[in-house]
Amino acid sequence: MSGPNLVDQLKQRFGEAITGANLEAIDPWIEVSPQGLVEVCRHLHDEPGLEFNLLNCISGVDYFQPDEKKAKKFPWDVHLEVVYHMWSLPHKRSLVLKVMLPRWKDDKEGELPEVPTVSGIWRTADWHEREVYDLMGVRFIGHPDPRRILCPEDWVGHPLRRDYEMPLEYHGIRGR
Amino acid sequence: MAEFFTTNLIEYVSLSEAWATPLGYILAAMIHIALLLNVVAVGALGFIWLERKVAGRIQDRLGPTRVGGRFGWLQTLADGLKLITKEDLMPAAADPFLFRVAPYVAFCASFAAYLALPFATGWVGQHLNVAVFFILAVLGIEVFGVILAGYGSASKWSLFGAMREAAQVVSYEVPLGLCVIVPVMIAGTMDLIAIGDMQAGMVWNWFIFHDPFTFITFWVFFTCATASVNRAPFDLAEAESELVAGFHTEYSGLRWSFFFMAEYGSMFLVSVLAAILFFGGWNGPIPITEIIGLNETNGALAGYVGNLLGMTNLIIKASLGVTVMIWVRWSFPRLRIDQVITTCLKYCTPIAAMMFLGAALWILYLPGGLWATLRLSDPLGHTREAAPDQQAAAMPADGERE
Amino acid sequence: MSTDVDDPRIVEFDVRTDEMLVNMGPQHPSTHGVLRLVLRTDGEIVSEVTPHIGYLHRCAEKIGENLTPRQWIPYTDRMDYLAGMNMNLGWSLTVEKLLNYELPEKARHLRVIIAELNRIASHFVGMGAYGLDLGTFSPFLYAFREREKILDLFEDACGARLTYSYITPGGATDDLPAGWLKKCETFLDQLLAVIDECHTLLTTNEIFIRRTVNVGVLSPEMAINYGCTGPVLRGSGVDHDLRRDGEERYTEMYDGYAFEVICETDGHYPSDHDYPPVPESAVLGDCWHRFYVRMLEVIQAMDLIRQAMDRYSTAEGDYGVPIKLFEKLPKGEVYLETECPRGQMGFYLVSDGTSIPWRTRARSSCFSNLSVTEELCRGVLLADVPAVVGSLDIVMGEIDR
Repeated sequence: MSGPNLVDQLKQRFGEAITGANLEAIDPWIEVSPQGLVEVCRHLHDEPGLEFNLLNCISGVDYFQPDEKKAKKFPWDVHLEVVYHMWSLPHKRSLVLKVMLPRWKDDKEGELPEVPTVSGIWRTADWHEREVYDLMGVRFIGHPDPRRILCPEDWVGHPLRRDYEMPLEYHGIRGR
Repeated sequence: MAEFFTTNLIEYVSLSEAWATPLGYILAAMIHIALLLNVVAVGALGFIWLERKVAGRIQDRLGPTRVGGRFGWLQTLADGLKLITKEDLMPAAADPFLFRVAPYVAFCASFAAYLALPFATGWVGQHLNVAVFFILAVLGIEVFGVILAGYGSASKWSLFGAMREAAQVVSYEVPLGLCVIVPVMIAGTMDLIAIGDMQAGMVWNWFIFHDPFTFITFWVFFTCATASVNRAPFDLAEAESELVAGFHTEYSGLRWSFFFMAEYGSMFLVSVLAAILFFGGWNGPIPITEIIGLNETNGALAGYVGNLLGMTNLIIKASLGVTVMIWVRWSFPRLRIDQVITTCLKYCTPIAAMMFLGAALWILYLPGGLWATLRLSDPLGHTREAAPDQQAAAMPADGERE
Repeated sequence: MSTDVDDPRIVEFDVRTDEMLVNMGPQHPSTHGVLRLVLRTDGEIVSEVTPHIGYLHRCAEKIGENLTPRQWIPYTDRMDYLAGMNMNLGWSLTVEKLLNYELPEKARHLRVIIAELNRIASHFVGMGAYGLDLGTFSPFLYAFREREKILDLFEDACGARLTYSYITPGGATDDLPAGWLKKCETFLDQLLAVIDECHTLLTTNEIFIRRTVNVGVLSPEMAINYGCTGPVLRGSGVDHDLRRDGEERYTEMYDGYAFEVICETDGHYPSDHDYPPVPESAVLGDCWHRFYVRMLEVIQAMDLIRQAMDRYSTAEGDYGVPIKLFEKLPKGEVYLETECPRGQMGFYLVSDGTSIPWRTRARSSCFSNLSVTEELCRGVLLADVPAVVGSLDIVMGEIDR
């Protein structure tokens, strides 16, 4: 678990790249800015004493309630998150990093938000980032193979976005 | 048999001899072909049934039980009917001629080899004094069917299968040939009937017990034969888990079944060949038929019954060989292509060559085999010291004894 | 058929051979479902493998955003359909972690019995299917015969043979029926002989050894970097098993159980059974080791079941009460990984305070395990591709979800 020590350490070292933390949550997490993500990750991966060498999972979460009635009671700000779950094999502990993103880059509908890739640090990220791109619509800058992974190459849209609508028709197959 | 027909045609149909002789030959040939075709077809049916039954037992199953009574005798026939009714598919990009002709080439090669294969003294489609040579040569043609099928199918998997088959069969021809030469050398003839008859008498007259070299040669021969008929663990050409179905990926229905028949035909063929070359052919371990006088000297009927028993004997031996192949198939994983070629070039060929040399020296210094050398008595006084050319001369030259 | 390739590796001979692109799958006997591998081959040598997945994508994560946690249980069954119980368990523990639910002791031991039994079933299928990949058919049926007995046991417990939905958040849907432990004991008693049989047919078979030893060698560093878990990671000699090293919420299930992590250390596997020896030519991290780790885990699982049955029969309390179908979830997010037969299966749950999760995410073990094929299948022979993919023991249902 990421204790307050680690957050302070990271803040000291990376300053503004660490934009926040929640240590009261069930799985405490640290928020990192997209610009500082790669540096922070490399530090977490290489630094003796930390060595988070196993990247478990990268998940995208879309915090957006398309239903206007429900949106009033929606507990979060509208944004998109990329969550990194990692594990340190030598020290047997886990860490959660989060990157907060706007739903669309510069709030222009259709422009995907951008995060630098961490596939240079963990190869696991290669396929996981492709999946997040495919289903959640996050562009990973510098990814070696930025293709869709689960959906077909010519699929339109990113199905796990909350405002996604199934296409009416795909190559003659009825969608809805 | 041709003479029988000719004389009868002249006598009863009053044909002129110029007409009767070719007609007689054609009639005789038709009968031979019909008989042999039945051997191949029924043999394949039987062995496919056997394979399923044995495989079932090995895997703790029952195998076929329903069609044709308790043991599912007719399962293969039912499968054959199903195959006939299946749609005959051909890929659009395939070479129509090669695609169509390939199964026939494979089947004909396997079938043609039966022509020179004796089932008992004198019971042979066509008696050839180079029968061993002929069978090996014709069996080698089967590979063309496979290559044509792979090449003509316009499928990459088929092409892989064809290339593997080509590499494998061409490599294994060498040790196979070397192994076959050993008994041929001992017998001094390539005539399979002569080779078979030479092993008459007690069990130690069989060539496999002739000397230690022949004993090892047999195992090398069997390995190479398994490889050259594409049976597991050497079934690379159709390697199911790698090449989908290899060369016959694109085949369906009857065309596919021709490949299947060819495979089982060849399997039986090499087993019969092994039985004749190493296991005394139609001679039992104890020469009971000779002891009770079931041979041609006591009349045609006695000779017929004796030959029938001999044929049964041979078929049992060959079936055992087939069973061993089935057993191996359902027990072992498949080798990789480099390992198959390694087995051939690094193990089988050198061992076969050594055995060839050893057997040659043995014959030179200790003629008559191990048991004769150890002065074991033979109850019937069979000796193998008789010069091979005398033996061969004792046989009718043109094989018209039927 | 042939393609022109500008690759410096190829032009090392005077005669340049054409390369061929071959599509292995999505329909192929040895791709374990609908996996498509595009092979670039030069004769028998495979120079490049590109896996394409997604043919079995069933939108499980999207469905999870519209169902309550208990309603989503049947969907977890269908992820790794060979180890449905372990999938149920992973999701149940995740939900319990969010609810901070304290599980009765008896339910814990019941879960160990069920999960480990399913591990045996899953590894048996993996073993049999691996035999098929290498061209031997018989071990497959032996394996299925034993699996069938486990399925019978599961049928007695929950009524289903493949998609169980047995373990739910809060415990299990039902207690084990009377006499079940006895049947399970009988099954375990005869299993060791079957395993020895399988060792004869596969593990120690000369052809099998030649086909798997030194093929697809995965170094420990590479395995960790690619996020490989489970037997694939342990086959490379990394001593990591979530049942021992995982989060407390998961490891407390195995509190007090005696077991050793199956992993080679100093050239030895932990041995309390007469295991076949490791062949001298074997290299740590090759296909043989991955296969062997699975075989040893079967015996380990047998041992764990025996211990769990003892505890279960003496334990106090109930088998657990499933949470309400529309139980209100607290706002928050949790992530939990469990040790499934194929590796670490993780579930990520974000809740907005209603009974339906805001986001469900499944981290699949095979997903990461499969991504390593590209690396392992470079420059191998065509026949090695099924051998490598088979040794990763993938289930496409889990990869595509």
